[in-house]
Amino acid sequence: MNSAKSMLVLDGVTRHFGDVAALQDVSLEVGEGLTVCLVGHSGCGKSTLLRSIAGIETLDHGSILIDGVPVSGHGVFVQPEHRHVGFMFQDYALFPHLSVRANIGFGLSGLARSERDLRVADIIERIGIGALADRYPHMLSGGEQQRVALARALAPRPRLLLMDEPFSNLDRGLRDKVRLETMSIVRDLGMTAVVVTHDPEEALAIGDMVALMKKGRLVEAGSGERMYDAPWTAYAASFFSRINTIPATSSAEGLQTPLGRFPAPALKEGVPKVLLRPQAISLAATGISARVIERSVLGELEELSLAVEGLTAPLIMRGTARHDVRPGDEVFLQVNARQVMVFPDDDAQD
Amino acid sequence: MRRLRAPQFSMADHTAGRLPARPNIRISLWAVVAGVTAAFALLPIAAIAFIALADTGSLWGHVLAHVLPQAAWNTFVLLVGSGIIAMLVGTGAAWIVSAYDFRGRGVLEWALLLPLAVPAYIMAYAYLDILSPLGPVQGVVRWVLGYSSPREFRLPDIRSMWGAILVFGFVLYPYVYLTARAMFLAQTANVVEAARTLGVPRSGIFWRVALPMARPAIAVGVSLALMEVLNDVGASQFLGVRTMTAAVYTTWIVRTDLAGASQIAMGMLAMVLALVMLERWARRDQRFAANAQSSRSMPRQPLKGLPALIALALGAAPILIGFAGPALYLIVAAVKRLEFAGLSASLVRATVNTVSMSAMATLVILVLGFAVAYAARLHAGGWSATAMRVASLGYAVPGTVLAIGILVPVAAFDRTLSSQWQSLTGLPGGLLLLGSGAALVYAYAARFLAISAGGIDAGLSRIPPAFDHASRTLGQSSTGTLLRVHLPLSRPALTAAGLLVFVDCMKELPATLLLRPLNFESLATLLYGEAARGTYEDAALAALIIVAIGILPVILLAHTSRSVR
Repeated sequence: MNSAKSMLVLDGVTRHFGDVAALQDVSLEVGEGLTVCLVGHSGCGKSTLLRSIAGIETLDHGSILIDGVPVSGHGVFVQPEHRHVGFMFQDYALFPHLSVRANIGFGLSGLARSERDLRVADIIERIGIGALADRYPHMLSGGEQQRVALARALAPRPRLLLMDEPFSNLDRGLRDKVRLETMSIVRDLGMTAVVVTHDPEEALAIGDMVALMKKGRLVEAGSGERMYDAPWTAYAASFFSRINTIPATSSAEGLQTPLGRFPAPALKEGVPKVLLRPQAISLAATGISARVIERSVLGELEELSLAVEGLTAPLIMRGTARHDVRPGDEVFLQVNARQVMVFPDDDAQD
Repeated sequence: MRRLRAPQFSMADHTAGRLPARPNIRISLWAVVAGVTAAFALLPIAAIAFIALADTGSLWGHVLAHVLPQAAWNTFVLLVGSGIIAMLVGTGAAWIVSAYDFRGRGVLEWALLLPLAVPAYIMAYAYLDILSPLGPVQGVVRWVLGYSSPREFRLPDIRSMWGAILVFGFVLYPYVYLTARAMFLAQTANVVEAARTLGVPRSGIFWRVALPMARPAIAVGVSLALMEVLNDVGASQFLGVRTMTAAVYTTWIVRTDLAGASQIAMGMLAMVLALVMLERWARRDQRFAANAQSSRSMPRQPLKGLPALIALALGAAPILIGFAGPALYLIVAAVKRLEFAGLSASLVRATVNTVSMSAMATLVILVLGFAVAYAARLHAGGWSATAMRVASLGYAVPGTVLAIGILVPVAAFDRTLSSQWQSLTGLPGGLLLLGSGAALVYAYAARFLAISAGGIDAGLSRIPPAFDHASRTLGQSSTGTLLRVHLPLSRPALTAAGLLVFVDCMKELPATLLLRPLNFESLATLLYGEAARGTYEDAALAALIIVAIGILPVILLAHTSRSVR
């Protein structure tokens, strides 16, 4: 398993802007051909990290290796033009004075003309934008611009593709379709890619690996499935969906909460924090009694706000089933004990 | 098939045994060019301060007692007077074309900028002849009043303080007109309507709303106009007003007292500083007003009949006085001269000199301006930005002051080089920088770099930084990015800056007068020489050429100020 070559290695990457630590001791390895998604709230440092990999930003400490070659750190700084990385910008940054064809050929200026034309034609065909080749960026729709930007970044056959919020400028309806197409092209080319996004769902959908950042630090990384189902940190648990935080006290029999008793994992001292995803709760004939505060239908899902004795905040429940209840109705709740997540109390909620 | 590999991730502490990365110091060529340019821009000012402070002998006492008080008072009166005229004419004209709609308004809107094409010294030159006792205006007045000879009746002499104030006021009002009109256009209908609902009548809008809101913009325009007054050397001299500029010039040329000239120059720099601070202070307030720019602009009140005629006449008067009158006179005088003497060789030579020197200077100024602006972009927030501000200081320094500040170090350099050359080869050495005109190019660059750097910087700032990053990650160096991205995208800004700089170099008089190589005449110095001697020969033709070429940037300005709207 570990025989896979590391295409990108970040080691203790640190960057300060004045007093603000944009990146603090970030270490990460990405195997060849994998897609990693950097995700976090705005200002968490994910874009700075991406720009540091591209060489647009410098580092204060730490090092970056691309394909085993040091490009930043330890006294080395390889200029962006010599890193052989492709970069897709959030607003695409297509050159307005160049046609689509010339934009795509921009990174191929070192090649002979015939070779360059061949490469441009090849990528245009692969991405399916033949009809746009002689247009100018202002004549393209958002989705078309996105595909041209992808073609331009891929044309020089980079070792690493870096994408900064590549789908955030697209309408919601278009976004899922373009994302599927784009990521399948990236995968077919066997490209190693780092994608920055602020959208938790997008991060889970895209990445072979998801790296969650917070205030310049890497909180947790792993496969999206693992991070959603079995997060290591309360921050990761609460980042990827709405979450219920349940007050609990530790006792010999386990954790005592207003929703019942749960077996406690081996925790060090301190007050534990119990987190519960909205879909871990369901209505039942008997169980914990609760009162409906509000019911709303969010399309596929139905969401209930429930008041439970002992809880200050309303408990959120989500599921695909529809319930014929009204505000004020008394109901009974069942909690799926296997989906209860227990963490040592920390500052995860900020 | 999708390759499945375990993602590698380690949260282990890597700090052990890790070397701290050295900060990456890479001196960029652009930053160096910007720094050197800034240093050269600062050199003349430093030189003046050095000479002025080094010599504290008896001459300073003389200057202080006999030259400075009168010159300073004259300059002050001239500044205040022409400032008031420019303010009244500029603001009034701007209000007429912004608040009212009448036949001819569209033409007035751009034609009111035309006096910008006429340098003050040409305006003074033209009016000296137009208003002379034997000239057309006084002739008509006498004919109307029934007098037959200038001895029986004459108008007050234009060669006086009030003459100079009027000349400067009417030639420089476009600075106020431009800024005030931009402000009136930015004032939204909402504000005007709010004032109306609060009980301000239509006639009160100007005093209660428009003028108070435009006050910072007017202050900016006036301070720019007054910098031109301080810069002038020809007009005040033709009109016999002994200003500080004239005092610098005569103290140096006539009395060959460099220290004294430098000391007066320091006094002028203090005045300039006050004007620059006024301008900065006024601009600080302008930011508030800019917020309101997005919505509907103020509706114009349509005028018909007599009010429309009055508005047209009021709007046209500044154009007649500041442009049409002098231009018409120059055309008539030039045609007469051509019929009488044809095209003289000296005029052709002066034209070639002017165009070639201005073109060379423009090229240098554009390259330096680009380097300075590009360095500021590459190293945002660093000292390159400071370098750009320093390099742009010269725009406020009067040409005469700048010329002294350049002449001293340049002449010292030339003398050293010449004596070195002589001791090395035994051949007599020449004056390399002064003789070749390099000193003149230096002066033009110091004075007009602000136009080119500012214009190019504005052009570059419209190019998003993501373009730089895209180009760099696609394999272009910073210089390749410049050639393939920035240069093509900033071509309009570059062209506009080039045109403005070229025309300004062509019109420049005070520094050209003092730093030109021997026997080198530009159109401006040719005109100055003839006007100073009182021989009216090729001067009208030279002036006409300057004004004709000077119209080009006015067209550009009219176009851009229109498209802003």
